Amino acid sequence: MSAKLTVTPSPHIRDDLDIKKVMYAVVLALIPSAIGGVYFFGLRALVIIVAASLAAIATEAVCQKAIRRPVTISDGSALITGILLAFNLPPGVPYWLPVVGSVFAIAVAKIPFGGLGYNPLNPALVGRAFLLASWPVYMTTTWTAPSRGSLSGISAITTATPLGVFKYVRHILDNPSVGPDEISRANSYLAQLYSSASLKNLFLGNVGGCIGETSVILLLIGAAYLLIKGIICWRIPLSYIGTVALLTWILGGQGLFHGYPLFHVLSGGLVLGAFFMATDMVTSPVTPKGKIIFGVGCGILTSVIRLYGGYPEGVSYSILIMNITVPLIDRYTRPRKLGEVKGS
Amino acid sequence: MAKTFRGGVHPPEAKLTASKPIETIAQPDRVIIPLSQHTGAPSKPTVKVGEEVLIGSKIGEAEGFISVPTHSSVSGKVKAIANYPHPLGRPMPAIEIENDSRDEWIDLSHWTDLTNSSPDEIRRAVREAGIVGLGGAAFPTHVKLSPPEGKTIDTVILNGAECEPYLTGDHRLMLEHPDEIIEGLRVIMKVLGAARGYIGIERNKPDAIDKMSEKVEDEESIEVVGLKVKYPQGAEKQLIKALTGREVPCGGLPMDVGCLVQNVGTSYAIWQALKLGKPLIERVVTVSGSAVKSPGNYMVRIGTTFSHVIEQAGGMDEGCSKIIMGGPMMGIAQHTDQVPVVKGTSGMILLSAQDVRIDEPGPCLRCGKCVDHCPMRLVPNEIARFVEKGRIAEAEAYGILDCMECGVCAYVCPSKINHVHLFKIGKAEIAQRRRKEAGKEG
Ligand code: SF4
Ligand code: SF4
Repeated sequence: MSAKLTVTPSPHIRDDLDIKKVMYAVVLALIPSAIGGVYFFGLRALVIIVAASLAAIATEAVCQKAIRRPVTISDGSALITGILLAFNLPPGVPYWLPVVGSVFAIAVAKIPFGGLGYNPLNPALVGRAFLLASWPVYMTTTWTAPSRGSLSGISAITTATPLGVFKYVRHILDNPSVGPDEISRANSYLAQLYSSASLKNLFLGNVGGCIGETSVILLLIGAAYLLIKGIICWRIPLSYIGTVALLTWILGGQGLFHGYPLFHVLSGGLVLGAFFMATDMVTSPVTPKGKIIFGVGCGILTSVIRLYGGYPEGVSYSILIMNITVPLIDRYTRPRKLGEVKGS
Repeated sequence: MAKTFRGGVHPPEAKLTASKPIETIAQPDRVIIPLSQHTGAPSKPTVKVGEEVLIGSKIGEAEGFISVPTHSSVSGKVKAIANYPHPLGRPMPAIEIENDSRDEWIDLSHWTDLTNSSPDEIRRAVREAGIVGLGGAAFPTHVKLSPPEGKTIDTVILNGAECEPYLTGDHRLMLEHPDEIIEGLRVIMKVLGAARGYIGIERNKPDAIDKMSEKVEDEESIEVVGLKVKYPQGAEKQLIKALTGREVPCGGLPMDVGCLVQNVGTSYAIWQALKLGKPLIERVVTVSGSAVKSPGNYMVRIGTTFSHVIEQAGGMDEGCSKIIMGGPMMGIAQHTDQVPVVKGTSGMILLSAQDVRIDEPGPCLRCGKCVDHCPMRLVPNEIARFVEKGRIAEAEAYGILDCMECGVCAYVCPSKINHVHLFKIGKAEIAQRRRKEAGKEG
């Protein structure tokens, strides 16, 4: 016999899917929304996305060189962090802000923990949280209206995002000292928010918001691709969005069961968060049951922040908080083994 | 919907040889017959160097209950008793016999059909014939036919799933020897007093399903069931779950839920032993893969070297860079083609360089694919991590001992982590610790 035989452990065949294919599938799935962001908010959006991505990749390369680890920027995970961070920024932020956010995301939330696979928190969300804490003005006031619509998606009010309007309306309705005029005005805003014209704007993305979060339809196209390819599964997004729908229906109106869940599902960063950030495999549970608990937890937190918290939106913080619980969830939701008798 | 279990995968089936009838190959000049080809104690040589033997002569005696005798597969002269390469890894004691090419059997002219004898007589005959499970695990069959006092077996399952890619030997046997296989099943059922018999076949073998169904048409107690094409459909616990809905308890055996599973090839061997008195001296081996010239299903004498079988199958391509004994999911990569075919050799897969993967394992992405697909419903990513960190107690608590090393987790893993390799290390470590503890107490 001539050549030397290769001896490796079984199995001797493997599925084609590898780390790169997983990561670039996610990148591909984000592209429709990126194009949407540029369409609605102009070239600024593109500059922010590119700046955040390049900064994330460069930071990963520099950090890995510095600690003498193999440079793994080609795996695509830093690129995803950059894109997702940009997606979570208002279109009007100064151009250095995404750069700072990406550097922080990679250098603080990813590399020190051991890089891809070992970070407990989603790096992009950590980056965003850092920016929100450090430059709250940029992060909460630099909204820009979409090129062919208004910031709120309705005509009565144009100075706030849809969730901002909702927060304002709730503030008025919950305040016992306001007069009847104000109440009726607030109710008319609400009626407009819940109108089909407004919902259509939300669905298409023709409203103000973060660069990558506004267009539900474009996000769903990307999500469908990942679901079909088996890169993400339905458990987290469905339980997350389902929980928000249920809770905002029960608690989101004046009196129980008077909320308008469709508005909450379509607005803000919920769809982006549920399909692309809560499903970040590294920072979410591996067990089927765990995924559902994780999604429900995110949904409860998001609903509570939106309805009762100080911010109009709570998707990022909800996911970050739930990230912390993942080891615990995984430990207590191990599947029943085949042939295992529980309690014996 | 076809019956199945939860989890598993569907790798490319690559059944290149499904339509190739079983061919008998030219005999080798010599055979190397290992004394250990089965789970349990190796047999002890009963012949001396220089002694003449015939086909079917006993050359090794069983040592203890979980053991079987060994027989010569050729007629000729014992050349040596020494350590030889073994397909399971390290060299092991074996008997080398020079073939005199006379092809002379031991005298079977006075053999009387034992298929209707008493259970005890059948068990003894099955053991004397050296029969072990031919699916690959090679567990002595008479042990399985002897459930301890108090265990009743009501269901016997013949495994014709053949879920490993490439392998087609069982498929061909079912097409070419259906009556013998079914007769074998009847005997097993009778020995155990089992009222129900199933023959489970994956649906990618419709001709075998038809053939076998036709043969048991008038039989109330035996049912042929088409199974979903999914690996590892032929694993004992998964097969039982699919066919009966019963779950073998963790750490338990099929008999704990009243079941017994035998490979269709084993059933055929049982029939041959009882009806004709022939001990197990040959088996069907699928020779397949991208680097073999004429892939096929071959009837091969036990002890024939891989190199001879491959030569008979037209030889291997220049570029052959991996030889696997068994299927590609659970088979064992060989260092050399000088290893002999043993009772558990269901196939020889020869792969050319472009089909041989050498993957560098990456970090676990926690994608959960291994968890979703594990047919035992374990959490392979965590167990692998525990083993890597030397946290063996935790690996055990997470069920490493329930793992059957089917390789599904590693197959689906995008990070190409070598789960099975790690699990073998972890299990060996647990076994070692237990031995130590037992030693301390004793
Ligand atoms: S090898 Fe073990 S852990 Fe992996 S899928 Fe098979 S049974 Fe599960
Ligand atoms: S399939 Fe691989 S990467 Fe995914 S969780 Fe399992 S071990 Fe980790």
